[in-house]
Amino acid sequence: MRCMVASTKSMAAGTAVKPMTADAEEEISALEFARVVETHRPQIFRFLLASLRDVDLAETLTQECFLKAHRNWKHFRGDSSAMTWLMRIAINLQKDHWRNRRLQFWRQTQANAVGIEEASEWLPNGERNAEQQILARERVAQVWKAVEGLSERQRTVFLLRYVEERELAEIAQATGLSEGTVKAHLSRALGRVRAELRGTR
Amino acid sequence: MISENKLAGEVDDPIVADALRHFKSSVDYWSEAAYSQPRTARLGTQLKWRMAASWALGCLLAAASVAGTLYEHHAGREAARIAAIKAAEQKAARQQKVAERPVTATVVPGQPVVVVKAGAKEDENLLATVDSDVSRQVPAAMEPLAQLMDTGGAN
Repeated sequence: MRCMVASTKSMAAGTAVKPMTADAEEEISALEFARVVETHRPQIFRFLLASLRDVDLAETLTQECFLKAHRNWKHFRGDSSAMTWLMRIAINLQKDHWRNRRLQFWRQTQANAVGIEEASEWLPNGERNAEQQILARERVAQVWKAVEGLSERQRTVFLLRYVEERELAEIAQATGLSEGTVKAHLSRALGRVRAELRGTR
Repeated sequence: MISENKLAGEVDDPIVADALRHFKSSVDYWSEAAYSQPRTARLGTQLKWRMAASWALGCLLAAASVAGTLYEHHAGREAARIAAIKAAEQKAARQQKVAERPVTATVVPGQPVVVVKAGAKEDENLLATVDSDVSRQVPAAMEPLAQLMDTGGAN
């Protein structure tokens, strides 16, 4: 993606090719954005689903994320990867959502979030036997339980690392935290998961 | 699946590493299933309840306003009926009072007998007294002229 953005910028600067018209530039930009949506939408949705455990809400926030990204696409300079940029938008949207929910404590917001048990039911049928599957399900439920007890930041960092498999530097960029803070959050989150697994081991 | 070497540096416990791998595959599986599933717009339970409550409240308000209007109409009619009865009673009482007054008859020879109720006679006397008082009262400016008229009449 970074290459694509860079190529667009160099084309815009264009020394060898004819200078592009505004319409052509817009067309290329729209095509690029369409490709970004196609590539990263499932990942953003997955991250929001893991954060919220609510399919409808994750879908809504994913749409909002790409809408926001579309509005600001021309300002995206390519300093970070498009994925990191999108992830940052998604994290901010999620923060706004929680803040609004806290403020609206007097209003019963629609809660479609599924419980830990239901979330743990989702396991691919591998080559395992029934006993292994039950054990795997139990462990997934324990991790969900630990994740539920994490702070918002810890949860975000944990999910970005162990579900989205992002590098620490990327997580730091997406969350706006320093790498040291990210490591500290990650360590605490892992400690929680360990304690949860140990508690029933 | 989360790569082994990525976890190796951070997660030394194989059970935790295993749990994290299962967790990731579970989230992936769920996300893929939810992402590919066609979604239809549906009303949330909360929204349904809210709509039902709004309807109930609306119906209640409408019924209350209709009942209020009916009550007001009925109360107006009742008040009018009571007022009519009172007016009729007062009228009857007045008529009865008039009927109960004593009757006097003035007999002048050669003229028909004039029957006058006592109250009517009193009224007539009272009016005559007022007339004479008024006629005797003369404005201050006309006093000398009145005296002259009196003296002229005497002569």
